[in-house]
Amino acid sequence: MVQPLNRLKESASQTAGPYVHIGLTPNFCGIEGVYADDLGAAMVNDKTRGERITVRARVIDGTGTPLKDALIEIWQADAAGLYNSPSELRGAADPNFAGWGRLASDMETGLFEFSTIKPGRVPFKDGRLMAPHITFWIVARGINLGLHTRMYFSDEQDANAEDPLLQRVEHKNRVPTLIAPRDGDVYTFDIHLQGEKETIFLDI
Amino acid sequence: MSNERPETGAFFQRDRQWQPPAYTPGYKTSVVRSPQKALISLDNTLSEITGPVFGHSMLGALDADLIHNFAKAGESAIGPRIIVHGRVLDERGKGVAGALVEVWQANAGGRYRHKKESYLAPLDPNFGGCGRVITDADGSYCFRTIQPGPYPWPNGVNDWRPAHIHFSVFGHGFAQRLITQMYFEGDPLIWRCPIVATIPDRAAVEGLVAALDMQATIPMDARAYKFDIVLRGRRSTLFENRLEGN
Ligand SMILES: [Fe+3]
Repeated sequence: MVQPLNRLKESASQTAGPYVHIGLTPNFCGIEGVYADDLGAAMVNDKTRGERITVRARVIDGTGTPLKDALIEIWQADAAGLYNSPSELRGAADPNFAGWGRLASDMETGLFEFSTIKPGRVPFKDGRLMAPHITFWIVARGINLGLHTRMYFSDEQDANAEDPLLQRVEHKNRVPTLIAPRDGDVYTFDIHLQGEKETIFLDI
Repeated sequence: MSNERPETGAFFQRDRQWQPPAYTPGYKTSVVRSPQKALISLDNTLSEITGPVFGHSMLGALDADLIHNFAKAGESAIGPRIIVHGRVLDERGKGVAGALVEVWQANAGGRYRHKKESYLAPLDPNFGGCGRVITDADGSYCFRTIQPGPYPWPNGVNDWRPAHIHFSVFGHGFAQRLITQMYFEGDPLIWRCPIVATIPDRAAVEGLVAALDMQATIPMDARAYKFDIVLRGRRSTLFENRLEGN
């Protein structure tokens, strides 16, 4: 016998289901008066530093149909590449930018539109800089465990070319699934759950 | 919390044999919504280790009282009154302070307040179905609600969800993000549910079943259920600068 490690196991995940809005975006689904606002609905204010952008995302199933009942949370650094988090030890992030957003998809079109700022670069563990990116977490009916991925920016070709995560992708033809094309201020990020264009998901 | 060293360790690798796989054909919706290619593994970077902070100040007085937070003045939701309490812990067994716990559920008849919901059980005009709380310094939380009813759902022709409360938990790092469901001790529907059955390990299912907790009841008012939630633990960063490549 040896001494037990006494580690606990992470609670098992269960699907967010079709009614995730009730809990996480109640105002969006018509349950008003309980919370003043839906958390994470507004990411920027007048004083937020950085370039204003819109991230227009969809989550698309294996038949090519956009999910109309998904929920996405995003997490990103501020314009200087600092996270607004107690675990950020490199400096103080922009106090006018939490860096976290949460939206439900439009119930008719499946579109998400995050109004945010373009993040700065953040170092990898070994000190190399990662390319600017936004971390995505996707839940929905039919998704048993929330999916993690990242969105990179099409106009950051040099930074993308030296990004430690993008570099480690063996199948280079899949890298474009993580890069959102830019049109004006809008980046479009289509997340494919399955098929030829399946987005790279991360075990992080 | 302020006297503690900041947490900068990467999270323990997620045990994907314990967590439900993406593709679970018994739960039909997963079939076209499950990634089929291997996930790319990446040790946590700052993007996963960090996460936003939610302060107690954002909470309203009735956020943790689902019996009253949608009810008209002087009225309350219909159903068996319960307290749900427990702790948010990490895999090391430490309480997670300041975790945001958001819950949603059907009413006592098993009906959700949602435009896509068509079950014939009636809405309760005094029940909205959402609540939230932030954990104390030791990770404990508590809220008051009514016990939700089981409900049928379109999967097989006669599948019923056991009574359950949906939980969304936000710990300290974005990689800890978790959504799960709490079930009630003794419910025979638990072991018949295709969504529960997405979890491969029986012990992992039992970890989602809250126990009736008579010590925490309020006599003549509410029964209590105890439900602990475990988030991913963090590696210590104590020696990270010295042990290269350990
Ligand atoms: Fe449910």
